[in-house]
Amino acid sequence: MSPERRGCGGRALSSNGADPLLAVDDLVVAYPIARGLAGAVLRRPEQRVLAVDGVSFSVDRGELVALVGESGCGKTTTAQAVLRLVEAMSGRVSFDGRDITELSNRALRPLRRNMQIIYQDPYESLDPRMTVRDAVEEPMLIHGLGGSREARRELVLEAVARVELTPPDLFLERYPHELSGGQRQRVAIAASLVLEPDLLVADEPVSMLDVSVRAGVLNLLDRLRQDGLGILMITHDLSTAARYADRIAVMYLGRIVEVGPASEIVENPQHPYTKALLSVVPRRDPRDRKRPQVLTGEAPDATRIPSGCRFHPRCPVAIEECRAHDPELLRPRNAVSPDHRAACILA
Amino acid sequence: MSIVINEPGLIAEPEPIRSRGGILWDTIRRRPSATIGATILSLIIACAVLAPWIAPYGLHEQVGPPFGAPSWQHPLGLDDGGVDMVTLLMWGARISLVVGFAATLVSMLIGGTIGVVAGYFGGKVDGILMRITDYFLVIPDVPLMIVVAAIWGPSLFHIVIVIGILLWTSTARVIRAQVKSVRERVYVKRARALGAGHVRIVMRHVLPQVAPLLIANTVLTIAVAVFDETALAFLGLGDPSRISLGKVIENAFQRAAISAGAWWAIVPPGVLVALLILSCSLLGQALEDALNPRLRVAHVSARGFRLRPLVGRNADAV
Amino acid sequence: MSALLETEDLQVWFDLPRGGTLHAVQGVSLGLERGERLGLVGESGCGKTTTALALMGLLPASATVSGRVLLNGIDILRGAEETMRPHRWVDLSMVFQGAMNAFNPVKTVGSQIVEVLELHHRAAGRAARVRTGELLAAVGIPDDRAGRYPHEFSGGMRQRAAIAMALACNPSVLIADEPTTALDVMVQAQILELLDALCRDFGLALLLVTHDLPIVAQLCDRAAVMYAGELVEHGSVDTLFHAPRHPYTRLLFAATPDLHGDGLPASIPGAPPRLDRQNEGCPFRPRCDRAFARCVDERPLLRTVAPEHGAACHLNDVAAEVAH
Repeated sequence: MSPERRGCGGRALSSNGADPLLAVDDLVVAYPIARGLAGAVLRRPEQRVLAVDGVSFSVDRGELVALVGESGCGKTTTAQAVLRLVEAMSGRVSFDGRDITELSNRALRPLRRNMQIIYQDPYESLDPRMTVRDAVEEPMLIHGLGGSREARRELVLEAVARVELTPPDLFLERYPHELSGGQRQRVAIAASLVLEPDLLVADEPVSMLDVSVRAGVLNLLDRLRQDGLGILMITHDLSTAARYADRIAVMYLGRIVEVGPASEIVENPQHPYTKALLSVVPRRDPRDRKRPQVLTGEAPDATRIPSGCRFHPRCPVAIEECRAHDPELLRPRNAVSPDHRAACILA
Repeated sequence: MSIVINEPGLIAEPEPIRSRGGILWDTIRRRPSATIGATILSLIIACAVLAPWIAPYGLHEQVGPPFGAPSWQHPLGLDDGGVDMVTLLMWGARISLVVGFAATLVSMLIGGTIGVVAGYFGGKVDGILMRITDYFLVIPDVPLMIVVAAIWGPSLFHIVIVIGILLWTSTARVIRAQVKSVRERVYVKRARALGAGHVRIVMRHVLPQVAPLLIANTVLTIAVAVFDETALAFLGLGDPSRISLGKVIENAFQRAAISAGAWWAIVPPGVLVALLILSCSLLGQALEDALNPRLRVAHVSARGFRLRPLVGRNADAV
Repeated sequence: MSALLETEDLQVWFDLPRGGTLHAVQGVSLGLERGERLGLVGESGCGKTTTALALMGLLPASATVSGRVLLNGIDILRGAEETMRPHRWVDLSMVFQGAMNAFNPVKTVGSQIVEVLELHHRAAGRAARVRTGELLAAVGIPDDRAGRYPHEFSGGMRQRAAIAMALACNPSVLIADEPTTALDVMVQAQILELLDALCRDFGLALLLVTHDLPIVAQLCDRAAVMYAGELVEHGSVDTLFHAPRHPYTRLLFAATPDLHGDGLPASIPGAPPRLDRQNEGCPFRPRCDRAFARCVDERPLLRTVAPEHGAACHLNDVAAEVAH
């Protein structure tokens, strides 16, 4: 067990000391802001918005890490940068110990087998002109795997069965429009699984599905996790993160403000933003109505990042120093778990 | 017949997926303008293709005096060389259609390729290709043809090339817009994330979505190509050894058909060209309306629900 | 004293483009008291939005409606548009699904609210602008924002503006259809807090139509659960969570993840029945974990199982029989 120490900034080392499956160090992703004609003529310097501004975390095999936050916090951009679908401005992304930040597209291609992504919208995730079989087979064709047509069909059946679409052969010749949202999402997962990836990035995998169907898909992801798959899940739903994640990282305006084991974050939050967020999540039991700490206003957009601590304008307990000092991710005084970090000088 | 599956769900009754051909055929059947356009176009094409066999007289056969008036044997009269007008129109339509289709093929290939490449790659590539498109947009057709004719001589081949390279721009723009939107679809992003190469994505995911629109655009382009050919031929820039509808009109003009009062030498070919262009336009417009997602009009339903008297007995009211 | 708003056996059919009809709402009877918050809960396709639109008389020409909608005891559905129109927006108002995106982008937000006031002859000109300012203040939008365009508002503020617009004519009932679905959890909390305050301060009755059980648990006193066009259970939110009498209600709560607690939620296998054909027996039977023989051919009726608590399930009859 790593000794308690302040100041490790969420350094990416898993508990057994070996390289984690995915390690992100100080990731920065920027988007240019259009200058407009006037700006170009006047030669104004090109401005950037830092959608992700120094994010570090890790994901291990058999672990589900949830990246939570509100819209604009940078969680989706982080997920895309991890898979190199978007280019990072600086920082490091390592996969299985290997630095993949600078790899060329060509070198990256074989690695793409091992890192897969499923998207939020099941209705748009599948090509409407391809059957389930085509969709699940395509990854194999892209990477030249699977052998003969028959062998590939077997692998497709296996993947479809693994996502609990049974009997699998009944589903093979169906088109997406004949399937429900939950079934489509499972097909997308099957298409990802057929290459036997180590890491799965799930971007809001169930937010567009009916409530009664969500648990099914999430429980499937949980079973896959138990089989050894590492999952990075992006979600805005804290209840889902609380139930399914091993670790939770809370993002605000491009930074991680708190990270730690899920139960610890939910039961013992230390950052004021996390506390406020948790207090306003509606509970199922009407008797659990507590006084919510509703913050006023909304998060500023990334072009107007506040000085010092990014959260200080909305923070209920901000002090004078918060305006000047940009806190690091440090272990809070009242943390129970050794892996709990929060970016707040009062924590 | 629906199939109930225990977990995780039912399969809806399989609806037949509307294939690309199905959508096109459906549109033609359902919309009157498309039906009319398709019918007229088919008739004209049929007559033109079968001309060698069904033309009443020979193409160079003099069967009467120059500008002979219409009669029972020659419903549209004779031209300046005493040749039957109906025969002339059939053979003329052949050339007009050949040039129309060939030029459209050239235009579609260039425009389609540029549209796909610009739309798919975006960025600098898109910028450069669109600038090139803009340049071609402003080249005037007649002066270009005059120049080409002067340097290389007027021939059918040259006309096809000239018209082709002038018409591809609108196709390119339409296809580019469609490709740009398809490219943003989630399943395309997924394919990229899976590691699919560009060729694969374009062939398997982008083109099938773009093809119907390309077809609609092609039909419209045929109309313009035919018009362009007719105009060029009329101005004397066409192939002198081939008789197209435009040439027929030009001949009549040159040989003073008007002062001879021979309206049948000028009006019918003009009408035929107009019909040809009209039918292509009707068909093309209808197809494009049906296929171009941007042109789809959403209909706001007005309030006007119907009331039915109470049926059955109430359950225990709350 | 009769309820403020009541429906009796409300039914809605839609004509399908290729023939046939879709029976979207199959006999919904509910009641809303003055100042009460009622949640209408269900998943996509259950008919809750259609029910809400029927209450407002905003169904399209392809719809056929039957049943009664009683406002203060008077059936306003009776004369269709003619009897519904005078009450629309004046007594009964609605914030539609996606209303925050339905603003006219080329007019200022303030002018759009003024337009509503003038259309309903509530105020005109300067008086309308003053009233607009009041309405915006009531929903927490500062005065100077009235002259701004919708694209200058954030999502949360646009939703507030949509609520202000719905309150323009001082209605006694507000129907909110998925008011927080597209919003972040903090903004959602702000909107729910706003709705809560408006109900308290203005004595508004609220019909909250949503698929999100927890927000109903938080904001509403009572709830009605819909499935496949029918009302399957209604009662206080406390009872529905702690002592549900319909398997769907129980399973729906069980499928909803909660912030604290143990274990994983469980999904409900299967999918809702198609509403474009006649269905025999209980519509929930294929997915129910406690279905028995009677559920196959006999449709359960909504029965009172306790004071202020009704459910449509044969299991309740069995319990009653056993008790005897």
